[in-house]
Amino acid sequence: MIPIEFAYEAPESLEEAIRLLREDGEDAKLLAGGHSLLPMMKLRFAAPTLLIDLRRVAGLHGVQRENGSWRIGALVPHAELEDTPELGVVSRAAGKIADRQVRNRGTIGGSLAHADPSSDLPTVLLTCDGSVAVQGADGQRVVEARDLFRGYMQTAIGPAEILTEVRMPALDGYGFAYEKFTRRAEDWAMAAVCAVVKETDGVCEDVRIGLTAMGAVPLRAKAVEEALRGGPLNADTIASASQLAAEGTTPGGDVNATPDYKRHLARVLCRRALQEAAGVE
Amino acid sequence: MSATSEAPAGGKHVGQSLRRKEDPRLITGRARYIDDIGVPGMLWASIVRSPEAHARIVSIDTSAARERPGVHAVFTGEDMADLEAPLPMAWVPPGVEVNNPDHWPLARGAVKHVGDPVAVVIGEDRYRVVDAAADVVVEYETLPAITDPEAALHSGPFVHEQLGTNEVHQWTLAGGDMEAGFAEADVIVERRVVNHRTAGAPIEPRGVLADYRAGSLTLWSSTQVPHFLRLFLAILLGMSEERVRVIAPEVGGGFGSKLQVYGEEILAAWCSRKLGLPVKWIETRSENMAVAHQGRDQIAYTKMGAKRDGTITAFHVRIVADFGAYNMLLTPMIPSLGAFVMGGCYKIPAVQTDIVGMFTNKCPTDAIRGAGRPEATHMIEVTLDQLAAELGLDPLEIRRRNFIPKEDFPAEVATGVIYDSGDYDKTLDKLLEHVDVPAFRREQEELSSQGIYRGIGFATYTEICGLAPSRVTGPAGVGVQAGLWESAMVRVHNTGAVTVYTGTSPHGQGHETGFAQIVADQLGVDPSVVEIVHGDTGTGPEGRGTYGSRTLATGGEAVFRATGKIVEKAKAIVAHQLEAAPEDIEVTSEKFAVRGSPEKGLTLAEVAGTAYIGDVPVGMEPGLEEVAFYDPENFVFPFGAHACIVDVDVETGKVKVARYVAVDDCGPAVNPMLIDGQVHGGVAHSIGQALYEQVVYNSDGQLVTGTFVNYALPTAAEIPSFETDRTETPSPVNSLGVKGIGEAGTIAATAAVTNAVIDALRPLGVNYINMPLTSLRVWEAIEEAKGGASA
Repeated sequence: MIPIEFAYEAPESLEEAIRLLREDGEDAKLLAGGHSLLPMMKLRFAAPTLLIDLRRVAGLHGVQRENGSWRIGALVPHAELEDTPELGVVSRAAGKIADRQVRNRGTIGGSLAHADPSSDLPTVLLTCDGSVAVQGADGQRVVEARDLFRGYMQTAIGPAEILTEVRMPALDGYGFAYEKFTRRAEDWAMAAVCAVVKETDGVCEDVRIGLTAMGAVPLRAKAVEEALRGGPLNADTIASASQLAAEGTTPGGDVNATPDYKRHLARVLCRRALQEAAGVE
Repeated sequence: MSATSEAPAGGKHVGQSLRRKEDPRLITGRARYIDDIGVPGMLWASIVRSPEAHARIVSIDTSAARERPGVHAVFTGEDMADLEAPLPMAWVPPGVEVNNPDHWPLARGAVKHVGDPVAVVIGEDRYRVVDAAADVVVEYETLPAITDPEAALHSGPFVHEQLGTNEVHQWTLAGGDMEAGFAEADVIVERRVVNHRTAGAPIEPRGVLADYRAGSLTLWSSTQVPHFLRLFLAILLGMSEERVRVIAPEVGGGFGSKLQVYGEEILAAWCSRKLGLPVKWIETRSENMAVAHQGRDQIAYTKMGAKRDGTITAFHVRIVADFGAYNMLLTPMIPSLGAFVMGGCYKIPAVQTDIVGMFTNKCPTDAIRGAGRPEATHMIEVTLDQLAAELGLDPLEIRRRNFIPKEDFPAEVATGVIYDSGDYDKTLDKLLEHVDVPAFRREQEELSSQGIYRGIGFATYTEICGLAPSRVTGPAGVGVQAGLWESAMVRVHNTGAVTVYTGTSPHGQGHETGFAQIVADQLGVDPSVVEIVHGDTGTGPEGRGTYGSRTLATGGEAVFRATGKIVEKAKAIVAHQLEAAPEDIEVTSEKFAVRGSPEKGLTLAEVAGTAYIGDVPVGMEPGLEEVAFYDPENFVFPFGAHACIVDVDVETGKVKVARYVAVDDCGPAVNPMLIDGQVHGGVAHSIGQALYEQVVYNSDGQLVTGTFVNYALPTAAEIPSFETDRTETPSPVNSLGVKGIGEAGTIAATAAVTNAVIDALRPLGVNYINMPLTSLRVWEAIEEAKGGASA
């Protein structure tokens, strides 16, 4: 529970932080809320030689609505998302992360960059077709959610780049739900399903479903989406489409859940999430 | 929350929910735990531990670690050849062979479980010694590991090769005619009841600070048993006992895991003596999960016979107990503690427990809250529900039919022990005042038709507590190589303030409050001027520590008796001063007064002043200080009736405890709030075991649940608001009539939860399921029942 010796810097600008990253390369790690990184360091699973604390860097805070989408600073903590219900499913999912103490420290940027497939916000980003702004020495680029998650805890963010902002489409008029199944309230998801649905006159105009902890990266339940899109949205169609929720998933097993059990959970949670999102009993 | 059913037997303070005297310092962060204590010149220890479950140590290269800045020394097992004896195992049951291979603070030649200590690095900086420990290169020759105790019964690999077996011992406790009992039975149920391995998981991990100087050792340790620790430090280090002082500072929870003489305690003391400098070791959470002794881990084959009307005729249990890699202080005795109460609160003519203890390549097990009795109660109460279902009887009806009637007490039961007190119907009646079972059954049926599965489960239990009496537990009896009496010393100061020294050693229970209430009433003073001193072998009389729900029934009685001697002496002094007869002096809430003339009397301060000035009757010693050693004539047997209501999400298998009602009888309450606190904690502990917590090793002996991420202690979100109540049936064993409550919740609750889940799932064809009742296991049981139904 004692980390290997490391250096610590708290730069005051993004440029300085990027310069430090470039100098120390893969041995440097960015510190946001620290709620994933610090435990890994204490268990000596991670051994960065330099921690670059982003807390003094300006411009990474705040939630703003602009042109039909939300711009969320990378350092916005989960608790602030939870307390901003206008964010819809982002707020809902953030409120289900761990406990309030963790939510006070953990940040959206940290969670997305860490890319743990059992984490909630990566799935929400993927479900909403959001994107992230990434800053490097050569300027800023935008990475779409579908391109962001490359593998287990791997992203398209380069070693000398910093995730600065999260962009989420506002999805006005969509129903939403985040069904998370945990052993204890504070645990990571054994499985979770994020659903956003737009319905017009009983017809499913748009539906997007994301899956947490069902593979090495967050996934979309494409088969369910295709089964429902353009068709009627009711208890029966939801129940039968939800049977497809685990298609194409590759969940791993652990002490709490076998792969079969996780696939079963995905189907059950998908139905429940869709029922809630669509307001169907 | 809780109601007292009868007027408390005590006086002005006993029986009241006095706020805990401990709490101000605890909740303002002013308490001193082991990690708050420092000594000038102190060095730090970090321990190199085995990543292997079973291996031969080929070589240890400590050179790189020694070169680290600030490192003073690196020691291995070979360096400690001067220890006088291996780590203690204090149970020698007469006539029973117990395999007990040597167990050393640092491994000698081989490691037997993940976390087994191999070397220690001593240095100046707390953090740098950890880096240096990582530089110690140990070459291992991996040996095959065995982790399944039932597989270990029949074959190798052997944990201790030289034994040629993995069996530790066999032990049987039998009473009554088992054959006749089963012959008489109309129905026999048999189940394989698994009570899985759990961790103690105290909030404060272990820690030790050893300061050897000028031939004397002072050792601070986060322990429940400072006196035992002093004795074994003296024996193992070859020191004279008076040269060793052990202090247990504030202890942040133990749950039995600090009822131990640990290798790290011996190691720190040995290193301090070797280096001539103080040495401190603070356990990390990762170490605590891997090497602090664990508990439970018994597989029981239960067999219960009964007549058609539900009368139990015989109960037989065969237990395979997984002891892990070594015997610790009391390891092989733990399942035997359960055997004494294997008949539960029922009149069963024949009861037999056969125990076989097994070595495996896992962390050793020993006492964890309840220690054998939660396992026994689980076996009885779960099997009894299975029997009730088999007979088509109501689970409460079958219990009532078999209860030992209250007129039988004190009641000798088949296992040979004498239950001191009991009124099981009364406790169950009280429970049913809180739980309307017929209404629940109606609701259950209604919900079931809506696809909602709600269940109720019960456990009625008795336990054996107040560990003592020495003549039974000692060498000629059960075989503990120590007396288990308790002691107290009461000192009234010149001003009438009171210091009480107890041999018990609290780690969260509230001794300072409860004991002060007893003494305050006896002496006619306020509890605020009664200080309770504990956990220091250098200040009070020899003691035995806190475990086995023994503190009040043994230590409290010792305090009561020592204070009683003070009262007698004070009366004689007052009588002398007021020219009255000692028998005419009585203690009021303010003073020692002459009966019938309450204005005539002396306060305790005046008595003490007189005693220390020496104005006492001729022949009486001056001063006001008394000691008592108390060894009871019998154990005490608390009992209770618990009910649990659960909701099961049958689609996912998730169990939620909707309601938990506990009615316990631990005799007259000294402080009802402290009792509630113990019951809450105990029940939470057992809900944790029943639903969430499990120590898991894979088949290679690697620990899978090494952190609180995967060893799932329940949190406030998982635990309902408890409903508690009491009945008060005094014990005839001690003058306070008290029994014990520290373990009661853990003893009753796993069975109540398990029975509730089974009750909920019976409509789906699930008739039996073993803990832990995780969502995965419940879902698999439902799926299996579905498969069975369709087949």
